[in-house]
Amino acid sequence: MITIEGKSVFSGVEIGKLYYFSKKKAEILQQIIEDVDAEMARYYQARETAVEQLEGLFTKALNEVGESNSLIFQIHQMMLMDDDYNEAIENLVRNEKNNVEYAVQKTAEDFSAMFAAMDDEYMQARAADVKDISNRILTILSGGDDGGFVMDEPGIVAASDLAPSETIQLDKSKVLGFATQFGSSNSHTAILARTMAIPAVISLGESLTEEMNGHMAIIDGYTGVLYVDPDEETLKTMTAKREESLREKAELEALIGQDNVTKSGRKINVYANIGSIDDANSAMACDAGGVGLFRSEFLYLDSRDFPTEEAQFAAYKAAAQIMDGRKVIIRTLDLGADKQVDYFNLGKEDNPALGYRAIRICLTQPEIFKTQLRALYRAAAYGNIAIMFPMIISVKEIHRIKEIITEVKEELRREGKKFREDVELGVMIETPASVMISRDLAKEVDFFSVGTNDLTQYTLAIDRQNEKLDSFYDSHHPAVLAMIKMAADNAHAEGKWIGICGELGADTTLTQTFVDMGIDELSVSPGMVLRVRRQVRECE
Amino acid sequence: MKEFTYTITDPIGFHARPAGLLVKKVKEYACEITISCEGKSSSAKKLFGIMGMGIKNGQTVTVTVEGEDEENVAAELETFFKENA
Repeated sequence: MITIEGKSVFSGVEIGKLYYFSKKKAEILQQIIEDVDAEMARYYQARETAVEQLEGLFTKALNEVGESNSLIFQIHQMMLMDDDYNEAIENLVRNEKNNVEYAVQKTAEDFSAMFAAMDDEYMQARAADVKDISNRILTILSGGDDGGFVMDEPGIVAASDLAPSETIQLDKSKVLGFATQFGSSNSHTAILARTMAIPAVISLGESLTEEMNGHMAIIDGYTGVLYVDPDEETLKTMTAKREESLREKAELEALIGQDNVTKSGRKINVYANIGSIDDANSAMACDAGGVGLFRSEFLYLDSRDFPTEEAQFAAYKAAAQIMDGRKVIIRTLDLGADKQVDYFNLGKEDNPALGYRAIRICLTQPEIFKTQLRALYRAAAYGNIAIMFPMIISVKEIHRIKEIITEVKEELRREGKKFREDVELGVMIETPASVMISRDLAKEVDFFSVGTNDLTQYTLAIDRQNEKLDSFYDSHHPAVLAMIKMAADNAHAEGKWIGICGELGADTTLTQTFVDMGIDELSVSPGMVLRVRRQVRECE
Repeated sequence: MKEFTYTITDPIGFHARPAGLLVKKVKEYACEITISCEGKSSSAKKLFGIMGMGIKNGQTVTVTVEGEDEENVAAELETFFKENA
């Protein structure tokens, strides 16, 4: 048995024959030619055939996967007709007297290198498109055809990586999973796996070889492992895992559209934690009632300079629109401590967890905070957005935040910008201080959301990254649970609601405890939403 | 010459799909159309040129239209950007 570890892009377990998608690569030699016109004529003819083939693939894809997923083949046609691409080839043929095969290959390398060098992960993945269109021309020039990949029974498709023109040839009803040597989570293979909801593992590297074609294999999309020629023991374990995963998937999917209601009839909101706009789609797919925590940090971490108001506005608006009227609670920037960004110039601190972070940055540098608040209030006009503030320790901070919000609204009003007046405001309960003054805080805001990770760290004085402290750590420590209970009682005493958005919220062994405390909302990662829903329905 | 600016709101930036749609659209026009952003520029008729600019979400592009019927073309392109980018 060979065990290869890679990176999972979609979970699930499948067992079947491995089909290696081999790319015929004819060796291309540089040759000096004399009749440049004849050489160019060969190119134009091959290009015409390629465009016709792509038109055929476009029509096929249009019927199979719909318009938005088939547009790639129209884009490939445009790439083939692109002036820069054609000039580069023509130059190599006419001026340097190269054979057209060499010219196409060289141009493909140059253009894909340009994409690969870009600082944007999406654009880097486009290098594969350039290679794909160029290979099509080369295949035509060599007189070959590009069909020939036939699966006689359902199996796992393996490849170095798959280009869109290759994935469209696959008989989808026979594909159990994908295993690729390379590729990124933005590659076409990854996107297709997510669309088809089948297990896929990428970045398996050179250990995955063409010689494995036809061998029995198991793909484990939970752990990101591919087993080739599995031994009996592994086969037995994984067969059970596959059945369990299919059974659970079906059981959880049956809960879509159901209420999160306990046996005694109490309703709890189960929301999703998200960290990007794409995650909002996952939240909708798992029927989350809303977003309980939208970490806004991705806007700052993915950027080399402070994100503009427009960029933030667009992101918040997009998330709110995807969630289609469901509540989206956006947490204002929570940088510092373990999340550092160069352009903030935060400086080194002896004790970053107790240092200059989150709301402390925002209140010290209100211009950064105002940009975010402007974007949030504007986006709130387009959806059900609420705002919450991290690392609060005093009522004074809330007063200062409200002053800044008043200024922001005044500015927006003066500029005639569309925004929402009455956005719900909440605080994160993640410091012991905020728990102790929660009655006063509850008078000031509309809701609480407990960040259990930080609350536990600050309550127990334990750094979770420090392995030496593992034996002292207890995620169910009575002190932490008492803190949550106290915050919940104080919220309710003022008629406000309270949710939990930390890791503890997804701990189904505590769901009953939270229900008993009167917690109103649990926000968990999208993959856990239906599991928590199942647990809530089991609660008394 | 007509000119307008537009701030990209698509989370992935001005990616292959809108760039492809733009190239397809401007092929209909006889005038010169240039797209520039952050110090780089390209003819709007060149797909690789536009994609190579790596235009990101939140960046502002300037589109210049010069030649036949430039007023109408600029107006149509502005609508195009609002709908697709």
